[in-house]
Amino acid sequence: MAGEQQQPETELVLLDFWVSPFGQRCRIALAEKGLPYEYSEQDLLGAKSDLLLRSNPVHKKVPVLLHAGRPVCESLAILAYLDEAFPDAAGPALLPSAADPYARARARFWAAYSDRVYEAGTRLWKLKGGEARAKLQARAEIVEVLGNLDAELGEKEFFGGEVFGLVDVALVPFVPWLPSYERYGEFSVEETAPRLAAWARRCAERESVARSLHPPEKVDEFITLLKKVYGIE
Amino acid sequence: MAAGGGGELQLLGCWYSPYAIRARVALGLKGLSYEYIEEDLFSKSDLLLRSNPVHRKVPVLIHGGRPVCESLVVVQYVDDAWAAPPHLLPADAHARATARFWAAYIDDKFFQPWRALFRSTTDEQRAEAFKDVLPQVEVLEQAFMECSQGKAFFGGNAIGLVDIALGGFLAWFKAVDQVSGTCLLDEARFPGLAAWAERFMGVDAVRDAMPDDRRLLEHYRGFLAKLASPAAPAGYSS
Repeated sequence: MAGEQQQPETELVLLDFWVSPFGQRCRIALAEKGLPYEYSEQDLLGAKSDLLLRSNPVHKKVPVLLHAGRPVCESLAILAYLDEAFPDAAGPALLPSAADPYARARARFWAAYSDRVYEAGTRLWKLKGGEARAKLQARAEIVEVLGNLDAELGEKEFFGGEVFGLVDVALVPFVPWLPSYERYGEFSVEETAPRLAAWARRCAERESVARSLHPPEKVDEFITLLKKVYGIE
Repeated sequence: MAAGGGGELQLLGCWYSPYAIRARVALGLKGLSYEYIEEDLFSKSDLLLRSNPVHRKVPVLIHGGRPVCESLVVVQYVDDAWAAPPHLLPADAHARATARFWAAYIDDKFFQPWRALFRSTTDEQRAEAFKDVLPQVEVLEQAFMECSQGKAFFGGNAIGLVDIALGGFLAWFKAVDQVSGTCLLDEARFPGLAAWAERFMGVDAVRDAMPDDRRLLEHYRGFLAKLASPAAPAGYSS
């Protein structure tokens, strides 16, 4: 769908960075909804573009969704926006229907919680060799977070039940980062969260996911690059 | 009270938690009756631990026995479940996204620097922390101007998600100002926010949710004393 001809008044542009899991949330949602958009790769390691700085002056970060020129920032706000601004798009809504406010509340809770995987995981590779205690804390946290997610998923096919929904889209981009986290944190997702591991394999079979995510090897290369850039160990 | 169905309401809260205050404001604005249960955060009830096993924090809204956790999720839930006005989120999708953006900013970007100010026990720490939080307040002043479009609140004519997200902290801003001799929402520097704060505090549902100023000040002084003493426990989790 990226690159398809669009009408100017509905034109969608996604300012993004190839390996950003937050950007991938948006790519997956756009693909699931069959919405055409222009993908605009941003150079985050160099100088940020004028367009990015103008569109997200507060955070200067990706992803930013531009809809007819108007920016929407923050990946989870973008996901909700796609549901609300394109009610007739393909596929079921990412969020449960307005007729079930409790299910919506649960989806919002767990989608926000999924960020914790990335936060704890980042600490695992960012901490320097000497910070052993902080590393143990980060390891304990990611193991707890993955365990909680595993319990919430339970025996369901997706977090959204039969629907590949908000929580699934929010969490799945972190999957290629997990092998790196496992190595840095010395733990196993298969042991800690076996149902989540199976869910990850199921999600990988979806076209939107397969086309949007990069293999773990590429993510690991990127982490190694960042460690050099930050002068870590 | 209003439709919404699904049984009775309980709110697990704490009188001084800005996050619980957010939930109380939302419930009050919607005119909802609920059982308020005060939690001792240093000795959490079984009900709280069962209802919020992931975070073990307040507020938790229990509706017909089902818990809703995280203050901003609670506010949106209240808006979804009781669809009659006042609406806490706007109808327009872009405006909703903007409201969610600023609510997230308050929790992700504003809170940490402000927390450093809140936890300062010396004048040097206070001066440093105050300097660090001002840029965030400046951003929020601009946000107010953009969101309010000349009207009374971030949400326009009526209180919305962003008003509630920031407003939950107002009693604390006052307490910290009094102890540190600062003025966070200074009228000269941040005229929009200063006027907004007065209007917000003047709303009945807000006044009912706020702690007593003197009680909070005393509580804050006690907290700082514990923090400054060598045997200080972990204190408030963020």
